[in-house]
Amino acid sequence: MKRVNAVVVGAGAAGGVVAKELSVAGLQVVLLERGKWYTTNDCRKDDLRNQRTTVLGNAFGPEDEGNPRVWIDSKGVPHTVLPSEGTYQNDAACVGGGTLSYGAQAWRYMPQDFRMRSTYGAPPGSSLEDWPISYDDLEPFYEKAEYEIGISGDFAGDPFHGPRRRPLPMPPLPPNREFEILEPAAKRLGLHPFNLPMARNSVPYNGRGPCMRCRWCCGFACEADAKNGSQNTVIPRALATGNCELRTECMAKEILTDDRGHARGVAYIDSSGRLQEQLSDIVVVSGCATESARLLLNSKSRLFPNGFGNRYDQVGRNLQGHHYTGAVGYFDFETYDDMGPGASIAICDYNHGTPGLCGGGMLANEFIRLPIQMVDRLPDNTPRWGLAHKRAMRDWHKRSIVVMGPTQQIPTADGRVTLDPVVRDKWGLPVVRISGNVHPITFDIGEVQARRAEAWLKEAGAIHTTISAGRPEIVSAGQHQAGTCRMGNDPRNSVVNRYCHIHDVDNVFVIDSSVNVTNGGFNPALTIMAIAYYASDALVRNWKGTGFRS
Amino acid sequence: MRTPPPNVICSTDRPPHCAKHGLAERSPEYPRRTFDGPPAQLIPLRGTSMLTRRKVGQLTRRQFMAAGALGGAALAIGCSAARQGDWEFLSDDQARILVAICDQIVPADDFPSASAAGVLTYIDRQLVRHYRRYQDAYRDGLERVQAMSRKLTGQDMTSLSPQQQFQIVSALSRRDHSFFEMVRNHTLEGYYGSPRHGGNCDAVSWRMLGLTQPPVRGRAQYDLRRGSRL
Repeated sequence: MKRVNAVVVGAGAAGGVVAKELSVAGLQVVLLERGKWYTTNDCRKDDLRNQRTTVLGNAFGPEDEGNPRVWIDSKGVPHTVLPSEGTYQNDAACVGGGTLSYGAQAWRYMPQDFRMRSTYGAPPGSSLEDWPISYDDLEPFYEKAEYEIGISGDFAGDPFHGPRRRPLPMPPLPPNREFEILEPAAKRLGLHPFNLPMARNSVPYNGRGPCMRCRWCCGFACEADAKNGSQNTVIPRALATGNCELRTECMAKEILTDDRGHARGVAYIDSSGRLQEQLSDIVVVSGCATESARLLLNSKSRLFPNGFGNRYDQVGRNLQGHHYTGAVGYFDFETYDDMGPGASIAICDYNHGTPGLCGGGMLANEFIRLPIQMVDRLPDNTPRWGLAHKRAMRDWHKRSIVVMGPTQQIPTADGRVTLDPVVRDKWGLPVVRISGNVHPITFDIGEVQARRAEAWLKEAGAIHTTISAGRPEIVSAGQHQAGTCRMGNDPRNSVVNRYCHIHDVDNVFVIDSSVNVTNGGFNPALTIMAIAYYASDALVRNWKGTGFRS
Repeated sequence: MRTPPPNVICSTDRPPHCAKHGLAERSPEYPRRTFDGPPAQLIPLRGTSMLTRRKVGQLTRRQFMAAGALGGAALAIGCSAARQGDWEFLSDDQARILVAICDQIVPADDFPSASAAGVLTYIDRQLVRHYRRYQDAYRDGLERVQAMSRKLTGQDMTSLSPQQQFQIVSALSRRDHSFFEMVRNHTLEGYYGSPRHGGNCDAVSWRMLGLTQPPVRGRAQYDLRRGSRL
């Protein structure tokens, strides 16, 4: 197989951007993806089999057969779990990764989100840190992501966001009924509601049409191809350069090393089950937090007996996601207008500055609900079955609003990904083992956030509310997973440097949410893309023909 | 406050509703499938004739006959009635007990009960597909229900009145919590989930909730000459 300049492992939010940036710069790139390339024709609108309601499996991977993981519960008992189970912490496995089926909220983190330790101090027992880069370092790349991926929304009503040079490229979708109910209520409470940013066409953009506002949105591929992910933006552009080759259904096995400690390329198992070696000058790992850590840990060699980049036992630590809390409000008038995507209005008043607590998060109304998502979201005293349950479904399905938000999780070194010593996947590779939890202070602020959501709903006229704020025994690291290959200046407590370059090795990069030091109080997709643009920019600037010199 | 414009239904989007073709014609998005064999791929059906559809194997002969003979409304009953004695996993006895439980979880009011909406078809189909791992749980659990019914009332579950069945299911939810919760969740999935899996026949639960079905597609939200500002 011909030697190339770069192998990028994982064609998701970050991998797609990296592949595009490198191939546009003239590097020969091979992009490996373990899943398939789905198109809009694969949008099945299946309420029971998608990336959000997974009772019949994940629509966009991985499949339940042959892809187990192990979860260690709080008592230390291991459970083998399937990708369709919540504790698996699945994202997706396909071209586009999570961005094929995500809800597509496209947030910039706030300047404070990059300086959590300086802002709050590290709670005892946590591993809270500042990022080695600031919001200002990322700002130009946020902007580039917003324009190349295509974001709609309007920040005019939000005084809390970081400085930005240009507005979003597309106006927001017209408000749905929930927006019209929640906006005046938020203003009466002195809050600052606005149209949240979405990677979704509100007008024709990038050669594709606008959102048709159907009911099947978050968790589904977009039938109209109006939802912008890496699979319909940067990856086609990478392929169009002629410099990038996308190989689907190829599972990376390990990063190959030479005697001097350089990466030689990647060994992978192709779609017909054959072991292949793709040699390259550099290797970029973009497999999402859990799987990137697994690939590094699985890449053992004489010089790296504990895995790539793992000299100080840092790979896999500080796993985090978001602690989702909020409230459901029940109204005596119809709030449902059957207009996707549903999520339309947000407030950032509570992302920071709660006295005595640490962090916080954005609050927004929830994506449009399918009936199956409503069966366990009825008022507290509703029987779980029988005629009363059926009546409650009929009463409340169109008369309820959910306000939730991703509360920032405060990481610990014990919340981590390791390799399971026993369980293997269908390729015979050791699987991800998830253990530990985030810092409990996360759950305290989560409860406060839920009360705030409830207050907003009551002001909007809810006659009844229920709170949703648990204290889960597991890191909530599914689609928002982050943190396992922390970015930092000190090799003893981080895995990559400020340019996503592994400290130990001079030609391996980790570019995805793994490098997030903290995960903001927002959906992370746009930040992952911005980091990918930022790191690719540094990589290309330092590229010297056939090798990388840092 | 801006008001949305009236919805515009794109006329080329789907064939007009045709009563004589019944269910299959009303839900072109959720093609009927053969009961045996793997789930068929979703094949775009727009503008295809009934004949074309039979060719791709998405209608069994029975369904085609049922659809033709009974018409749309009767199919809510037809899809479960037609299934009797033809289960992929369940025995007829097991199916009858399960009907009794499911119909307590979602009883009939002016909209059909769980079994009448095809929930048993859903559960039975999944027990040889995605829910294979629950086969033993169902087999043993249904036996325990029968035993509980005999112990408490001296009769088989299936010969009890609906009131007595309610008592048994209430007892079940307390004494055999994990089995009951499994059946409860699967029943609600079948009733409120996508019709493509055999439950929620003719999208009956969605219509019950007042959701437009088939959904309105091709909503024209914008005058494209003016951008998104209305």
